[in-house]
Amino acid sequence: MVKAEAVHKSFGRLEVLRGIDLEVNPKDVMCIIGPSGSGKSTFLRCINHLEKIDSGRLSVDGELVGYKERGDKLYELPDSEVCKKRSEIGMVFQRFNLFPHMTALENIVEAPLRVKGEGRAKAEARARKLLDRVGLADKVDAYPNQLSGGQQQRVAIARALAMEPKLMLFDEPTSALDPELVGDVLDVMRGLAKDGMTMVVVTHEMGFAREVGDSLVFMDGGVIVEAGTPRDVLSNPRHERTKAFLSKVL
Amino acid sequence: MTEIASRPPAPGPQAGRRPEAIKAIPVRHPWRWVSAVVVLAIAADAIYTMATAPNLVWDSVWTWLFRPFILGGIVVTIELTLLAMVIGIVLGITLAVMRLSPNPVMSWVSWVYIWFFRGTPVLVQIFFWYNLNAVLPHIGLGIPGTTFGWQVGTNSLINPFIAATLGLGLNEAAYMAEIVRAGIISVEHGQTEAAQALGMSRLLVMRRIVLPQAMRVIIPPTGNETISMLKTTSLAVIAAVPELFTRSHQVSTVYFNVIEMAIVASIWYLFMTSILTVGQYYIERYYARGAQRELPPTPFQRFRRLLFTFHAPPQTGPDVSVFLPSEHR
Repeated sequence: MVKAEAVHKSFGRLEVLRGIDLEVNPKDVMCIIGPSGSGKSTFLRCINHLEKIDSGRLSVDGELVGYKERGDKLYELPDSEVCKKRSEIGMVFQRFNLFPHMTALENIVEAPLRVKGEGRAKAEARARKLLDRVGLADKVDAYPNQLSGGQQQRVAIARALAMEPKLMLFDEPTSALDPELVGDVLDVMRGLAKDGMTMVVVTHEMGFAREVGDSLVFMDGGVIVEAGTPRDVLSNPRHERTKAFLSKVL
Repeated sequence: MTEIASRPPAPGPQAGRRPEAIKAIPVRHPWRWVSAVVVLAIAADAIYTMATAPNLVWDSVWTWLFRPFILGGIVVTIELTLLAMVIGIVLGITLAVMRLSPNPVMSWVSWVYIWFFRGTPVLVQIFFWYNLNAVLPHIGLGIPGTTFGWQVGTNSLINPFIAATLGLGLNEAAYMAEIVRAGIISVEHGQTEAAQALGMSRLLVMRRIVLPQAMRVIIPPTGNETISMLKTTSLAVIAAVPELFTRSHQVSTVYFNVIEMAIVASIWYLFMTSILTVGQYYIERYYARGAQRELPPTPFQRFRRLLFTFHAPPQTGPDVSVFLPSEHR
């Protein structure tokens, strides 16, 4: 589903990604862990073209991100194409980023109505179903500032799912939450994984990574230090850097 | 040793009981009284001087204050204000969005527009539109070098009212553009990212997500601009538009009651700006909901507080926080 080959990315003179190679299979859940500043969030944002990569190849579902290849030449995609590609990938942010001037329901139906051009009745019916699925059926008309962090994040997940994405990206979805609210969000994500959603999750929740993840990647300094099954990496880390990191967080 | 520090106070029979409110003699402010007396004395003297000015005919003020000729001028003033503000706001939003566009042509056009219209006096701009027919007798659209096209006499297209509206509106757009741009920038970037991640196009993000949230920042200075515009319309006198000040001025050239007519105009301008000021307070309060913990007081609350704090320590007004949606529920 996602394939990265030697992906590089710099912000000015700071090289954030220094050659990332990985592959996420359909219906798999890949968790990415690592210290802050290791480039994991940047990599995630490259996947839906919120950031442009400088070199290497990055493709989703067999198609390059942000470019079209014809012969041996690369053509930059026009904005409309980029938007269309993005609409097929859901993203959940650390800080929720719900639209504060819209209710939960309005947040969820906004993109299906305006991007996909769906009918209102159909979009609202699906939105209600999604809110029910994340356990917030009674919060249809609540505004984001009337919801707790955990509830906001679950609405954000429902908002992303409303576009029926083929891939979901999670950028530290529980890092801004009070500890007692983390569980609800992780439950929703667990359910998604069970239903066969392809997911890339940047997280600090080692328990979730071990239980739900099909693969685990440890990043540091813009490179992948170690990758494998969660059990292997978490229980028998081979690299010193991984050992040092895990000894601090576990 | 360690026992001393960490024992929670046992809930005794007094728990939950509130001690009596503190009663203390407040700090005296004698200088407030002294300054008040001085200010009142100066104000009384100024009023007395004007009221008894030997050649000032107050009757003339009261006669002209409600004459239909003057009231008709007020209507024109309000029309000018509204039209100029509509042009200013619509064009201002367009310019602000262009200014922030990734398209360098758009961004440059907007920059040059703002540079030009902010850099020349609005009086000169009105003057320019009013006298345009002196250099351009005809205005039209067509293909250069051919006779194909459409033409009209400048004077039939731009009458004095249109000249003033154009001058005021186009100038206002430059200032509104900067106000709107500040509002757009104030919206958290995560909002744009979340919308983009859903596949929304740049314009859709602007229209549906960013601009509605920017309103909170845009509205208060826009109210300010409207109040300012109401008075700036008096510059239309240069184009002989029959608005409030032009008409007052015309009366005074016939009856030689210059100061009296200036007072008439001032009374009406003050009356209209006062109404707008009160309106602005309530609009600001409305848009501050959910963003501020305590709302700015209404003019009435301010007035009451002013009277109250004159000789007493500051008091908190009536609890306005009940209107706020609580942030962390």
